[in-house]
Amino acid sequence: MPQQYRLILKNIDAPGYTNDLDCYVRHGGYEALKKAFEMGPRVSPDGGTVSGPEKIRKTVLESGLRGRGGAGFSAGLKWSFVDRKSGKPIYLICNADESEPGTFKDRQIIYKDPHQLIEGMIISCYANDVHLAYIYIRGEFPEGARILKRALAEAKAKNLLGKKILGSDYDLEIYIHRGAGAYICGEETGLIESLEGKRAYPRIKPPYFPAILGLYMCPTIVNNVETLCHVRHIVNMGGADYAKLGTPNNTGTRIVSLSGQVKKPGYYEIEVGKVTIGELINHENFGGGLLDGRKLKAIIPGGSSAKVFKAGEKFKLKKKGADGQMTTVEVDMLDLPYDFDSLQAAGSMSGSSAIIVMDDSVDIVEALANLSEFYAHESCGQCTPCREGSLWMSKALHRMTHGEGRKQDADYLLNIAQNIQGRTICAFGEACSWPVLSFVKKFKDEFEAKGAADESRNKVAATSKVTIAASPQR
Amino acid sequence: MSNATTTETKPAPPPVDKMKIKIDGREIEVPKMMPDWQGKLQPTTMLQACAAAGHDVPHYCYHPKLPIAGNCRMCLVEFGTPAMGPDRKPVLNEDGSAKIAKSVLPYEPTSPRGAIACATPISPGMEIYPNSPATKQMREAVLESLLINHPLDCPICDQAGECKLQEYSVDHGNAASRFVEEKVHKPKHVDLGPRIVLDDERCILCSRCVRFTKDIVGDDALGFAQRGSHNTLTNFPGKQFDNNYTLNTVDICPVGALTSKDFRFKMRVWFLKETKSICTSCATGCNVIVGSREGNVYRYEPRENDAVNSCWMCDSGRLNYKWINREDRLTEVQHLKSKAQSWPMALKEISEVLRKASSGSVAIVASARQTNEELYLLKKLATKFNAITDSVPRHGESDKLLLNADRNPNSNGAKLIGISPAQMGSNLPKIADGIRNGTIKTLIVFGEDVTKHGIGTDLLVKLDHLIVSDILPNKTTESAHYLLPGCAHAEKRGSFVNAKGRVQRFLQAIQPKGDARPEWEFLHELVFNVTGQNGFASIEGLFNQMAQEIPAFNGVTWAVLGDAGVTIPT
Repeated sequence: MPQQYRLILKNIDAPGYTNDLDCYVRHGGYEALKKAFEMGPRVSPDGGTVSGPEKIRKTVLESGLRGRGGAGFSAGLKWSFVDRKSGKPIYLICNADESEPGTFKDRQIIYKDPHQLIEGMIISCYANDVHLAYIYIRGEFPEGARILKRALAEAKAKNLLGKKILGSDYDLEIYIHRGAGAYICGEETGLIESLEGKRAYPRIKPPYFPAILGLYMCPTIVNNVETLCHVRHIVNMGGADYAKLGTPNNTGTRIVSLSGQVKKPGYYEIEVGKVTIGELINHENFGGGLLDGRKLKAIIPGGSSAKVFKAGEKFKLKKKGADGQMTTVEVDMLDLPYDFDSLQAAGSMSGSSAIIVMDDSVDIVEALANLSEFYAHESCGQCTPCREGSLWMSKALHRMTHGEGRKQDADYLLNIAQNIQGRTICAFGEACSWPVLSFVKKFKDEFEAKGAADESRNKVAATSKVTIAASPQR
Repeated sequence: MSNATTTETKPAPPPVDKMKIKIDGREIEVPKMMPDWQGKLQPTTMLQACAAAGHDVPHYCYHPKLPIAGNCRMCLVEFGTPAMGPDRKPVLNEDGSAKIAKSVLPYEPTSPRGAIACATPISPGMEIYPNSPATKQMREAVLESLLINHPLDCPICDQAGECKLQEYSVDHGNAASRFVEEKVHKPKHVDLGPRIVLDDERCILCSRCVRFTKDIVGDDALGFAQRGSHNTLTNFPGKQFDNNYTLNTVDICPVGALTSKDFRFKMRVWFLKETKSICTSCATGCNVIVGSREGNVYRYEPRENDAVNSCWMCDSGRLNYKWINREDRLTEVQHLKSKAQSWPMALKEISEVLRKASSGSVAIVASARQTNEELYLLKKLATKFNAITDSVPRHGESDKLLLNADRNPNSNGAKLIGISPAQMGSNLPKIADGIRNGTIKTLIVFGEDVTKHGIGTDLLVKLDHLIVSDILPNKTTESAHYLLPGCAHAEKRGSFVNAKGRVQRFLQAIQPKGDARPEWEFLHELVFNVTGQNGFASIEGLFNQMAQEIPAFNGVTWAVLGDAGVTIPT
């Protein structure tokens, strides 16, 4: 029976569990940190010495942990790219700018179990020889910032932060920086610019890879809140044991934010790949099914920028059989295991693991217009294709939802979107064009029908005057 | 005297490490490292490599003298790199050549993925396709995006004719627009500062002006406000965009967003004749282009010269041209304060006066704003009469970028030629004394108002002969016995030596006003009449002769000066 596996969320929402240090320690908090400090230098099989921090890094690599922020990139590998010979300080930034529509997992940790994040951060900092770290928290979480601030003060009072932490020779300070309400600050180089006090314009890569030229042009690690929390559990369990959770190459657990027209929207922690999309939506342990009398129309599987899945959509996936042979199997959208690789193979992504469920009451053009308006509003405007294209798409969709559509608008939108993806400085180009590309491609009949209906109605109303609905105001 | 005319005889640079790549199907070897905006060697970019191969990759935000921003995306090009097998070894084609893996979108392997040529370093074996259909499609799409919200008001835009948006639209754009939505509206005629007006609707947000003023001038005055397509270039609230280099932003603005209050609506740029010249406002000697039409100067623009001014010039120098067109310019040869006279008569009379002058009875006050050639001829006269000579020092505040404290363009020339002593102006009191005690009877003044420099009208009236050449009237010209109208530098040719010892020539943009003549021309006649020495009657010959005679010039020729000049030891 599919069920939750609560690792990060173990104590969260448990009766009587509070977000203060004492409660966290009573529940075994900061034990992993002590364990991390005890991983002293050790002789490796080839005769060299492996320092404690290096051992933690290897453990994280061994665990197969993939970033929980959106891209799903190996955390251990990301750490391995850090330039450790530059002579410059290394910074670690916790990306708590959780802004992807549909995503509300990190805030559970921040609000309800802040010390878990702090412990994960201290271990990660120790592992990477970081002595100054930042938590970049989105501006819309003022309460979260307050909670974290208090938690940091508690930790500092108990010498879990500051000089010579817990009697070791390791020093670390963590500062909180609040964003001012821009989605683009979640993009790691935009975040770094914002942290430096500048406009959050993402940086060009090359040359500004954070691992080499990050915050203040120093090597920098940027990890998501949930990713950093997992480090604590990896140190606790050991990399190999952690890797047994989930499925190969998709290890560990993941918090899924489920929203939309299901009976029980909320956050559910699962072993990655052990639960299917259909189970997440319909099983009583999770979403509990659609509202009565409704039929599934579509889902967005990984936060609003992920490509949409249409109900009934089938995918041909390569699967390794018991005999080791690769076979191609046809899988219904609902039977896709919820993990990184399956969703990518199906042409979308698990992104920030936020599933948005849409039933047959949803007007798909309206839904896309809503998403596009969000992206047009959040485009930083630095590079041309996204700056101009995101608003262009939003305006066209606004026109379509205001009775001024044209039959050709479907292709018009597809073409605009195609001219954005892959041509921008950061992944926002994809984020704003993928919803349009996938919605219009998969529901083209609805877009064309709406456009054609508008056209014929407007022709009947035939005045010589062409009116275009006013642009969306921000 | 060393024989170093520095730019020509530098020690040979160390051998350059090169790399083989293919551009548009043609193999080319390019240096692995090339200078970045600050001149530091950095890995060569695709754009630099393409330029070396003769391919101009279109761009807006990229500027060779500014940090790279990579935001306009106009320079996106399709490319490929040698394919690697699972064993990390290059995969070979059947003919043994390296197989090239074209860059594609990771999530859509059938679609090409471009890279911005301005910021992407080349790698060995790379192939760049600056003219492929995919590259062209990417350019077309970027251009379309830039144009959808652009007001398309070229007929009333000052940039028309030198606008990159126009040029690339012709080269890479679509003939018609499919945009049916309402354009974004932004502030028009924004007063950014005393010299700059901004039209935000024309702005393509390339950030060149922002980077220039922040990274070159060090004045963080400009930035962007708002987000997305509503992004707006603006100055810091309550702060004027008012440093001495603001007008450079008008030059580097690829579109008509930033316009010069001085130049806007004055002249369509395609009517302007462009002449290579030198700014005369200080000893830096910024290279400029004079834009003129029908005898009037309309603007100066900086001309690139890495040895002098890079691509920039200061606002004060740039706007210091209006005196050329002034109404009260001296345009007539005059004798004894009022009578108009012809050049032949005046020169004949002056020659007679000078021929009769005894040694030591003549003094010359020249100007360090005069050209080397003119000063050289004056020096010949001075030698003949054993005359005491000097010129007038002129000082102001300097800055870190270009402006020199010495406000004369040719102080070094005046010193090298021997017209002014090492301490410029130190002979002026001696000249005043000479007039006062009657030893100096004849004074020749070129381009200076000596009444402001210790030789007042009370002294001037004591002179037997006061021979003055100038451009604009002043107290000295009013007292002159002979007044010879001279030329602004834009009306003649010549050369200066700047503060760093760079000899630079400038060319003639417009005709002299009225009867005015280039000083070197009539000085040449005077020198012949008075000394009997015949020199070259052309500026080229005159310069070459001077360079032969005066050791510091070391035999440099007019032709060798070229457009960028030559550095000599000073």
